[in-house]
Amino acid sequence: MLWVECPNCGSRPFEEYRYGNVFPVTPDTITDADARNVDYAWMQDNTEGVTLERWFHEAGCRRWFTAKRDTTTDHFFPLDD
Amino acid sequence: MNEFVETLLDLPWQTGEPKSSYDVVIIGAGGHGLSTAYHLATRHGITNVCVLDSSFIGSGNSGRNTTIIRSNYGIPESVNFYQHSLEMYQTLEDETGCWIMHNQKGQIWMAHSVSTARTEQTRALMNQAMGAKTDYIGPDEIKRLCPQIDLTGGGRYPVQGASYHHEGATARHDRVVWAYAQGALRAGVHVFQHTPVTGLLKDGDRVVGVQTARGNISAGTVISAVGGSVSTVAGWAGVRLPIRTHALQAFVTNAYAQEFAAVVSSNDLVFYVSQTPRGQMLLGAEYDRFASYRQATSFSYLQSVSKKAITMLPFLAKLRILRSWTGICDVSTDFSPIIGHTGVDGFMISTGWGTWGFKAIPAGGEQLAQLLATGSAPLIEPFALSRFAAEAAMADPSSAGTR
Repeated sequence: MLWVECPNCGSRPFEEYRYGNVFPVTPDTITDADARNVDYAWMQDNTEGVTLERWFHEAGCRRWFTAKRDTTTDHFFPLDD
Repeated sequence: MNEFVETLLDLPWQTGEPKSSYDVVIIGAGGHGLSTAYHLATRHGITNVCVLDSSFIGSGNSGRNTTIIRSNYGIPESVNFYQHSLEMYQTLEDETGCWIMHNQKGQIWMAHSVSTARTEQTRALMNQAMGAKTDYIGPDEIKRLCPQIDLTGGGRYPVQGASYHHEGATARHDRVVWAYAQGALRAGVHVFQHTPVTGLLKDGDRVVGVQTARGNISAGTVISAVGGSVSTVAGWAGVRLPIRTHALQAFVTNAYAQEFAAVVSSNDLVFYVSQTPRGQMLLGAEYDRFASYRQATSFSYLQSVSKKAITMLPFLAKLRILRSWTGICDVSTDFSPIIGHTGVDGFMISTGWGTWGFKAIPAGGEQLAQLLATGSAPLIEPFALSRFAAEAAMADPSSAGTR
């Protein structure tokens, strides 16, 4: 079972948390305003590796926090790592 | 099945190294990649084709699904496409001479509330209008088709009715991959296993080949038929995709000694159950909510799916879970496939198959091959990547069965 560090509650089982997606970033290489809107509305980074995400401790303190996670292993890292 | 005599599987592998150049290089030797190669060779005479896979054929999501074939979708474009695929599956054994264990068993999609009953009624009417055989049936007919269902839903989820998809079927996933692999290899297509693609060769903006662990290969067209890492591959070409990769878990129990005739799904509870040819009960449900490339199963998932399934099918409580597996699914933002041109010359794509890719293997490959060879494939035209910029998303989440 995966255990995840909550900034308020400490180490808790992964099942208590809810995913809140990554921070959406439209690449600077897209300059056309319409194309930027399409990218913002639909496209995903879908990073295969370490991402910066929001998570919600749903079955715990019910607070949102920012986490660093490797999507290939589901391993969470400290933010300053 | 009794009239059908299988010829022995014959996979005439190439030996030695890949050539330095092909007309078409396909990344990913799963169902969709091999089906595309098969149709390029057999329908359009394009045999200078190479299919590459980082592992063995069918080792990705083609080997990690729940093998359900159906066309009862919620929008006309999808019904057209999946009905064509379903009909291709019905004749695939005759066409290829390979036994794929195709078993037409029908799908019961139950509704437990007034609102989902309306969804299923709408589905049935829409399917009929588009030529798919789906009827809305009441509880008596459900009980006749599948006596194991508890129509009271444990007192909490009473069955209001269901849409019954007459041509719903299952087939053996490996055998579908092998059938297309054999057909493609026999037609002269090159298939190289354990040859991971590590990058794309570019000439300006144009994609002109692939970098592999066994050297560079140039290509007139590169097709990504990758499952899982598609955003990475598309990123090499400079293409952004509306896709997030999620894990979808499934599991089988030990053998159930009686017949379980249909595929049974629930719209409200979100799970589906069918019986494998070995008698095992196969269960699946929604994909994991968080994005992940990790092909891992979890105990909490087995627990939650079992709880839901036992509510409707109490006999399952006496069975034991034998094994579970996970596929990593490219879920598109509008729950429809993304197939065809990408806006980058020399780079085509077959992705966004999320949790609905197995049923689309024949038609997906056929249509993509047709698009490449003739420049026109009406069935997949609505599913081009350009639909997002054109504000023509094909939103159909309630038909995925795994939302």
